[in-house]
Amino acid sequence: MTGYIIRRMVALFFVMLMVSIIVFVLMNAVPGGPFSLGERGYTPDAMANLERKYGLDKPLLERYWNFLSGALRLDFGYSFAVAGNPPVTDVILRTWPVTLHVGIYTIVLSFGLGSLMGIVAAYRRNSWLDNAVTFTATLGITLPNFIIATFFLLIFGFQNGWGQDPRKWIIPPLSPDSLPLLSWDYFLPVLTYALAPLALVARYTRSSVSDALSADYVRTARAKGLSHRAIMFRHVLRNALIPMVTVLLPQIPNLLTGSLFIEVVYGIPGLGKFFVTSIFNRDYPMIMGLVLLIAFFWGLTYLLTDILYTLIDPRIRITGRGSA
Amino acid sequence: MTTNTSSRVKPAVLDKNAEVLIHRSLWMDAVRRFSRNRLAMFGLVVITSLVLLAIFADILAPYPLDKVFLTKRASTLPFVYPEHPLGLDQSTRDYLSRLIHGARTSLFVGLAVPFISFLVGVPLGALSGYVGGKVDFAIQRVVDVATAIPPLLFALFLLSALGSGVSNVIFVLAVTGWIEPTRLTRAQFLAYREKEFVLSARALGSGDLRIILQHILPNAMSPLLVSFTFAIPLAIFAEAGLSFLGIGITEPTASWGKMVGSGIGNSIRVYYHIALFPTILVALTMLGFSFVGDGLQEALDPHRSR
Repeated sequence: MTGYIIRRMVALFFVMLMVSIIVFVLMNAVPGGPFSLGERGYTPDAMANLERKYGLDKPLLERYWNFLSGALRLDFGYSFAVAGNPPVTDVILRTWPVTLHVGIYTIVLSFGLGSLMGIVAAYRRNSWLDNAVTFTATLGITLPNFIIATFFLLIFGFQNGWGQDPRKWIIPPLSPDSLPLLSWDYFLPVLTYALAPLALVARYTRSSVSDALSADYVRTARAKGLSHRAIMFRHVLRNALIPMVTVLLPQIPNLLTGSLFIEVVYGIPGLGKFFVTSIFNRDYPMIMGLVLLIAFFWGLTYLLTDILYTLIDPRIRITGRGSA
Repeated sequence: MTTNTSSRVKPAVLDKNAEVLIHRSLWMDAVRRFSRNRLAMFGLVVITSLVLLAIFADILAPYPLDKVFLTKRASTLPFVYPEHPLGLDQSTRDYLSRLIHGARTSLFVGLAVPFISFLVGVPLGALSGYVGGKVDFAIQRVVDVATAIPPLLFALFLLSALGSGVSNVIFVLAVTGWIEPTRLTRAQFLAYREKEFVLSARALGSGDLRIILQHILPNAMSPLLVSFTFAIPLAIFAEAGLSFLGIGITEPTASWGKMVGSGIGNSIRVYYHIALFPTILVALTMLGFSFVGDGLQEALDPHRSR
């Protein structure tokens, strides 16, 4: 197991190295630079000064080497475009908590409510409840979240009877400095963001629970006269968990790194929105830092999923005792 | 696997009138099952009307897509001018005409992206799965790296480098789109490579190309078709999303995503029509394609339980 994890970590490292090379080369292959944009009108001398200041006058290979040696020490350099040129790690540390807040509430809502909906739907198959869950799941999976967000804005944007300024619903004043732990500002973004994972969770829970419900061991447990609750917790849910883990865990890095659309629509100052502005501003160090952060996060979650899979399902374990 | 057995052992049905055995192929069976699925048929109707809308956009739209009515007020609400039933947009262009032309952009991107992705991905996956060894290793490492890159972020990044426009949007979406067909085709080829019917074809002296095209590919066809159907709404969503962020389709081409994006803002409470109608159209399109995809999946794989 340890050897497997080490091998996977080494593979992840090389993948990230490749990603960084690809993004770095593409970023610099484009004509123009971060300072030639807009109507800033730098004189050629000022441009040369700026490029020297940020090391953009050096050859590509040397710049990549500088980036890499910094990145290995988790130092991604200084942002070009953010006011005051703070270090990239500072900007990420300031904006990520916002995204994490929204993301964690989204995970709690979607996984909690979603699995509950899935279980209920599986127990009452083909009832109106089941149909309602299936319908919601279809909507949640198919509709893009910026479309749902627009619907919400159209509905709640008109509402004046919510006891507060309706503009607050349009652009929640979430700022990283005054980040409340719980606030109504999270309501719409989290609801919008949770719909898709909720649908996915509900759908998979429904199918894995109903598969487990019709399994032989559950019939045996029933024949033995076990109580409803014992069957449910000891036999059904435990086995229904296995397929869910592989499908649902990879959703988590997405949720924790934020959605571009949700953050742009609701004006949330998180990672996703920052990524969009960094790309528009050609803020090279920010782009590199964010891409690598997200790629690392994804890779790590896939690894964790595979490890957890072997832990949850003893049949997959190489040297297992045979019972959970 | 199901495909394999059912295409060899054809279901025989006794026709009472003719009193002979009629053989129904897998595909005819699938069509029957598909046409009984109400949601799938609804999706098919939605898609067909969208395709018609896209093809005859020039005839159906009351005005050309970039005609401006400078004497009228910008962002006019629906039903204010009888000649503009859905109102005008921020640049005083007829909104109904732009919505109709938006269908063309959406469907074009939605079909072009999966087409290019599969054109690249299927041969790559077939090569990877059939040849194996070093070729497989090399292709799989490229897939590994490509998987590590978040597709939408990468598309956004590439677009900012290449510049916006319909062909660039298609290109950047295909750059990450080939991964899924590659992986799927590889898995299919791995599953069938050592099957008896492939071995017997080889024993009869069939060449590799013949085995790939005539023996394995037909068996891999139905999962590929389902995957293609699901790739269409994803591409439509990605185009709409990129345009929504303001980096996808450029003016004056009409794009629903761009229209939704321009309708969002403080004025959404007053000029609701700018965001509302394209939102409904994107939602309908996505639902239509998803229903058809679900229907196809069920129709082609009868053993799959819902």
